[in-house]
Amino acid sequence: MSEAPVKKGKRKFELDPRLASYKGVWVFVEHERGQVHPVSWELMGEGRKLADMLGVELAGVVMGAPGEETRRFCNEAFYHGADLCYLMQDEILKDYRNEPFTKGLTDLVNAHEPEILLLGATTQGRDLAGSVATTLKTGLTADCTGLTIDPDNRSLAATRPTFGGSLLCTIVTLNYRPQMATVRPRVMAMPERDASRTGRIVEQPLGMVESSIITKVLEFIPDANQDKPQLAFADIIVAGGKGMKRPENFQLIWDLAKVLGAEVGASRPVVQAGWVDLERQVGQSGKTVRPKLYIAAGISGAIQHRVGMSDSDCIIAINNDPNAPIFEFATYGIVGNAMTILPALTESFRQALATAKKAG
Amino acid sequence: MHIVVCIKQVPDSAQIRVHPVTNTIMRQGVPAIINPYDLFALEEALRLKDKHGGTVTVLTMGPPQAEGALRKALSYGADDAILITDRAFAGADTLATSFALAAAIRQIRKNMPVDMVFTGKQTIDGDTAQVGPGVAKRLDFQLLTYVSKVSSVLPEQGQIVVERRAEGGVQLLKSKLPCLITILEGNNEMRFATMPNMFRAARHAVKVWDREAAGITDEDIVKIGLKGSPTVVSKVFAPTPHTEPAEMIEVESGHPKDIADTVLAKMFTRFPAVAKEIAKRA
Repeated sequence: MSEAPVKKGKRKFELDPRLASYKGVWVFVEHERGQVHPVSWELMGEGRKLADMLGVELAGVVMGAPGEETRRFCNEAFYHGADLCYLMQDEILKDYRNEPFTKGLTDLVNAHEPEILLLGATTQGRDLAGSVATTLKTGLTADCTGLTIDPDNRSLAATRPTFGGSLLCTIVTLNYRPQMATVRPRVMAMPERDASRTGRIVEQPLGMVESSIITKVLEFIPDANQDKPQLAFADIIVAGGKGMKRPENFQLIWDLAKVLGAEVGASRPVVQAGWVDLERQVGQSGKTVRPKLYIAAGISGAIQHRVGMSDSDCIIAINNDPNAPIFEFATYGIVGNAMTILPALTESFRQALATAKKAG
Repeated sequence: MHIVVCIKQVPDSAQIRVHPVTNTIMRQGVPAIINPYDLFALEEALRLKDKHGGTVTVLTMGPPQAEGALRKALSYGADDAILITDRAFAGADTLATSFALAAAIRQIRKNMPVDMVFTGKQTIDGDTAQVGPGVAKRLDFQLLTYVSKVSSVLPEQGQIVVERRAEGGVQLLKSKLPCLITILEGNNEMRFATMPNMFRAARHAVKVWDREAAGITDEDIVKIGLKGSPTVVSKVFAPTPHTEPAEMIEVESGHPKDIADTVLAKMFTRFPAVAKEIAKRA
């Protein structure tokens, strides 16, 4: 749980010859209920760059129940940049469970020896990554925000926030393979989908029987509430912080969001105070977002919040403190009282929408 | 029923500041707290104890000061507390940390069988969520992560049913003891420490184990601490402001509506994509 140590020493590094056979970049293709998680394609885009830097192949790993759907995921992997897919089909893999997925992925790694294995930092990806890395006794860097190849030694240089996002650190896994990393959704950009791309499929059986697996899925209860905030994929977000002063003032945030058809976000102190649901927290311990427009009212812009939203295309910040850190990286800054600026913005957007409607 | 709860003492990250000139962490005066996610695990363990009876043991790895976190856990109602601390543990990454914790849990089992290990879904300083799965694999326990609810436990039959948060829904899982569960936040609230428990916590002898007491042989020294950590930090740096400072919107009248109109006009000119997005909603 602690941060890995800083090892000082020789820059020159020779990879153990036994590990030289590990080649290629893999992306675990995560899916649930017939849907591939978008983070897998974001990682495919990033994996493509790493594979090209190394001059090796990029592979998707697809594990699931036998059928058309699973095959379709392989094709989608090709469309998003994979050269090949490792495919493991078994009824046992119908629902995600730690035990069979850990065995399946570990076996694939041991059989085909990739040098890099990337997974989404989701509930499924983190469950699997921690188990597989421990089984393989290799290094795993969680929640990376940047991935590149160290030209000196061809190793994966994974950058992630540390100390609650106050600092960044770059982590390498030198004498262990594969080098594993997880990345949160929306941290990497979605690559272009090219449906003319193809690739080859390498199949491998799971080799387990259901009776040997202890944990059983009794039921999957889909989230009934479809109003659940989809913050990570919102194009417009209106967010509020402690500077909104009172929970009832948060209504001004909701009002603007309603006019804009936007999602409502919040900084950690506001969530901790119980003004809004945890689902809406943006930042290091919440969601990472990259909307086209992010309006931040009464948010100071502490680094914990910043790491979750600084990739927004346009940021409008409202704060009564001219020295608030958010003005260091927002696109537009307004020094003033959010309680009067927000209703004015709501009105101006309402007028802009009316104009747009008239113009057709 | 015996539940071991793994906790970690962490700096309160909300209070960490980076020195603006030297780019180093200013640790002075930052209070150490129990990782907030671990409190949900501890509370869930205490509730199961209330219901089924049994013992709750808290375990942590850290410097000698981490004893403070254990005493706090005792004051909430944990029965016993163990700190594993040794210079040899220093610099551990998640793989090395899980090795040491798993070894300590094996030692605990020698005195009393362990039915379940609970921990938070992640820490607020490392944020990795990887130590729980690591400990489960090393102990060959069933791993149940992101558990929002322990629906039922039948200690006699060694059976457990939990609700696990998955993408887009909840998995209802039936599994067997022993298991390791990482508890999702927000589904319970830590109880208040009672006066008798506070006194007990102050008097209780926290067990302090060094490497050997934690059951780690000389041979396994390469599996803990810095030596046992495959990952290496090659550099630590402050995020560079890759963006320019904000364009400040000021209007002569100072009127909120004029400010709003000005910022919209500027934005629609510079960001046609935002204008398009807004127009879509008209």
